[in-house]
Amino acid sequence: MIELKDLSRRFQVGEQLVKALDAVDLAIGDGEYVSIMGPSGSGKSTLLNIIGLLDRPTSGEYLLDGRGTTSLDDDELAHVRARKIGFIFQSFHLVPRLTAFENVELPMVLAGTAPAERRRRADAMLASLNLTDRAEHRPDQLSGGQRQRVAIARAMVMEPTVLLADEPTGNLDHVSGADVLAALEGLNSRGITLLVVTHDDEVAARARRHVRMRDGRIVADGSSPGQPP
Amino acid sequence: MRFGDLLHLATESLVRARLRSIMMRLAMAIGVAAVVVLTSLGEGARRYVTGEFQALGTELLIVLPGRSETTGVQPGMFAGETPRDLTLDDARSLLRIPGVARIAPLVIGSVPVAAGELTREVPVVGSNSDFLAVRNLSMAQGSFLPPGELDRDLAVCVLGSKVRSELFPRGPAVGATVRIGDRRFRVIGVLADTGRAIGFDLQELVIIPVSSAQQLFNTQSLFRIMIQATSREAMPRVREAVRAMLKERHQGEEDVTVITQDAVLATFNRIFTALTLTLAGIASISLAVAGILIMNVMLVAVSQRTAEVGLMKALGARGRQITAIFLTEAVLLSIVGALGGLVIGFVADAIVSRFYPTLPLGPPPWAVVLAVLIAVASGVVFGLLPARRAARLDPVVALAGRR
Ligand SMILES: Nc1ncnc2c1ncn2[C@@H]1O[C@H](COP(=O)(O)OP(=O)(O)OP(=O)(O)O)[C@@H](O)[C@H]1O
Ligand SMILES: [Mg+2]
Repeated sequence: MIELKDLSRRFQVGEQLVKALDAVDLAIGDGEYVSIMGPSGSGKSTLLNIIGLLDRPTSGEYLLDGRGTTSLDDDELAHVRARKIGFIFQSFHLVPRLTAFENVELPMVLAGTAPAERRRRADAMLASLNLTDRAEHRPDQLSGGQRQRVAIARAMVMEPTVLLADEPTGNLDHVSGADVLAALEGLNSRGITLLVVTHDDEVAARARRHVRMRDGRIVADGSSPGQPP
Repeated sequence: MRFGDLLHLATESLVRARLRSIMMRLAMAIGVAAVVVLTSLGEGARRYVTGEFQALGTELLIVLPGRSETTGVQPGMFAGETPRDLTLDDARSLLRIPGVARIAPLVIGSVPVAAGELTREVPVVGSNSDFLAVRNLSMAQGSFLPPGELDRDLAVCVLGSKVRSELFPRGPAVGATVRIGDRRFRVIGVLADTGRAIGFDLQELVIIPVSSAQQLFNTQSLFRIMIQATSREAMPRVREAVRAMLKERHQGEEDVTVITQDAVLATFNRIFTALTLTLAGIASISLAVAGILIMNVMLVAVSQRTAEVGLMKALGARGRQITAIFLTEAVLLSIVGALGGLVIGFVADAIVSRFYPTLPLGPPPWAVVLAVLIAVASGVVFGLLPARRAARLDPVVALAGRR
């Protein structure tokens, strides 16, 4: 359960005060599938970063599963991030030196999970995304779609409750974009809360709930019953 | 995060970032190698000199004319300049002191030595039969000066091996006659080449009986008296007795200096240890320079990898873990560099040893330990700033690649 209350995020850029988020109120229930659209600079990424606890609001409140997050210190935020949040980025952000397997393993390495357990979970994760035969490849040996699926595997391996995808198909062609979306939706159908930021109407249309932003505000928020899953 | 995983992550990025880490390792390696090689030289020189002195025998006392305040080697080079001379009678009297095993009086001068057509200007030493034992020498051919009264003026001589080969390039020397100054001496022996060279070069001199030398140089005084004690333990007693004896013989005037081999050895040890420390200090500066290079390279690494740091944070890494990752990299780099430096240093030692086999090269253990410790410590110290900077990166900015 994600609850944003009168939440603002402002950046001071020189003389100018940029309101990236301006008094946003938003509640997203467990297992929802939400698309976020809006022109460039409207605050979509900022919103995702705050929900993902990578960034802190300037004012307002953010409750995750009923708990306030504004008073948590950096280590506590890191802990919550590790266990509840998965990120997917437009540019994949795989560690280029590490193999697909090692990239998937990374969150568990940081969490101190035992190696045997790590192998089991990473293997299972890669298998569920049809990447088993790519496990020992490095990112530069993978296609864009494969890279993004590795990133999904990595985001999912800690079994988070919320998956935040910032333009996950932005760098992909139509076919691999569809693959990636299918993978994300598969996870959503198993109960994960899925937030997808996108510029693509087609992608956005697949979600059950559509949020539209402009100038740091939510200007439309509606569900679309009867859409394909 | 587990320690094994930390090491794995660090090595992974070191292996992948070849040039950067090679440069760093090289700098560290050169620093460590410098410490190893320079301290080896200092230590080698110390061992060499110590070895030379020990070969002379540690039960040795040397009496020289003139009062010297220091205990170092103070060659009062020419006898006769000092208030009162040491005489053969002085030397003889020392034999009565308990604990004295042998004495060898010494007169030294330089005169032309000729055999047939060949003439060489070499140091001529006047001494007695005990000189052989006192100086730990051995004979290559013939015999040494015969034992007997100190004032027996015999026209016999013993040649150093180099003098022999110069004066008698062909044919045997023993039994031949040489002219030393204006007198003729029969060659009765040739010294063996000991390879030792402290004091005077023993291969480059001619030894004749002490009273013959006194006549040759027209002097009554001695250059030195060498005393061999019966044991090391007897040395302090003998030293005091020698002083007292000579003071009494010189009308209560304390006008001689008695030095012991031990004291000389200790002095040399101090000098060379100081030298080694100085060299180690100088070499350590290059380690510090290497440390600064590490900092530079790690800073570059951090800025090249901001996106990665942001990602790690997005995956739930704490600031401390990021610090640990970069710090481990820096320390690993310096350890690998230090080990490489040890290899380079020891190889360099081995090469130098091939050219100077007499020099017992080899760094003192403390220098090796110190070099590696400093290398690792500088990895920590200079890796800390970049690692902290990485940990403080704002994940959002880092992920966006905006800096
Ligand atoms: N770290 C920052 N410092 C200063 N200004 C920022 C920072 N991050 C975002 N902004 C500003 O906040 C506003 C919202 O940015 P944000 O990245 O959330 O937009 P976006 O909707 O994701 O745009 P896009 O579709 O181009 O990704 C922009 O005006 C941006 O310039
Ligand atoms: Mg954005």
